Amino acid sequence: MKSKGIPGRAGRRRRNMTAERTSSPTSRKPSQLDIFLTFLLIGGISFGGGVVAYLRTYLVTRKKWFGDAEFLELTSISNTLPGLNATNIAILAGDRLGGWLGATGAMIGMCLPAFVLMVLAGIAYGHASTRPLANAGLRGVAAAATGLIAATWFQIGKKSLHGVYDTFFVVAAILGVNYFKLGVPVVLLVVGALAIFTYRPHVAPQKPEEATDEWIRSLH
Amino acid sequence: MDQIPALIRVFGYLSFLTIGGGMAAFPEMKVQIVDVHHWLTADQLTHVFSTGQLSPGPNMMMVAQIGQIVGGFPGALAAALAFFVPTGILAFGVGRLWLRLAKWPWRASIQKGLGSVAIGLAVAGLITFGKTAVTGWLTVLIAFATFVGVNRTRVNPVLFILGAAIIGLFALRQP
Repeated sequence: MKSKGIPGRAGRRRRNMTAERTSSPTSRKPSQLDIFLTFLLIGGISFGGGVVAYLRTYLVTRKKWFGDAEFLELTSISNTLPGLNATNIAILAGDRLGGWLGATGAMIGMCLPAFVLMVLAGIAYGHASTRPLANAGLRGVAAAATGLIAATWFQIGKKSLHGVYDTFFVVAAILGVNYFKLGVPVVLLVVGALAIFTYRPHVAPQKPEEATDEWIRSLH
Repeated sequence: MDQIPALIRVFGYLSFLTIGGGMAAFPEMKVQIVDVHHWLTADQLTHVFSTGQLSPGPNMMMVAQIGQIVGGFPGALAAALAFFVPTGILAFGVGRLWLRLAKWPWRASIQKGLGSVAIGLAVAGLITFGKTAVTGWLTVLIAFATFVGVNRTRVNPVLFILGAAIIGLFALRQP
């Protein structure tokens, strides 16, 4: 019953959004198999991080299941929640496309290729972790991964950090974990609560609509 | 097999710390996996975490790799389900409530506030990670070159990582 309500609700909102914004026309009602296979494809080819950009390419540009505004909405819901963007967006998008079955299929499709690869990597690691050569290669991988993750967060920080308060919360989180050794859960709760309180409703700035376009450009 | 309940507990718990991405959870992951349960050494955890960056889809699926190392295929399955299912159900529920939440004034506050904390936690995770991953002049050079390369070019980052693996094979062997 519940899943029947969702497409209609989302559809109504989509029309409102296309009226406000000139996003590409969306054609929905994919089969459950189509949902699963599309996410399986994204889950299998999205090498090199940036899975959100791959998701947008398929869900918005190729399949036209979502307009840009609705896709941005899905990523911002996903960002606020624990869990990874790749899987959170798969679930949110899958639910809007095909109810709970669509969400489950999208999630499994997104995860399956990585799961198989990582199980194989685990088997290989079990055999090779004592070999000096394998460890030498992995030291290179770890160093490059540090640079890659730093680059990703540098770009996010450049886009989304504004003003003294943001800088303070970033520094507080870093010091809390690395200097005062308070542990991630404590820092998340304390600094998180402080940050949310600082941006409490009457001071929270509204996000302008133009931010959408800027955000889309920043993905590529 | 006897480690499976512990795998489920640890990865279920860690999944709720992944605000903004997996790196936020890394320091706590290190505590649980290296210090508390001794499943891997700090070096091994860094290596396994790094290989996740080579994978398509969710890069934190490397939890399945840890599960596989600790408890074979049942361990891999347990770690992956514990890590992805609870937060998945949460996302599903919040997604359904979203129309109502959209009008809730605190939603924007949570989004804005957690945004900066997520960046701080990711950098904190990266510092913890870098302490084991970046240990000599060559690894500094590789990390820096990748950082610049990813920021300035459109080359797929996987190629930087594979290049670094090859450099490592020749130049990062330790006696």
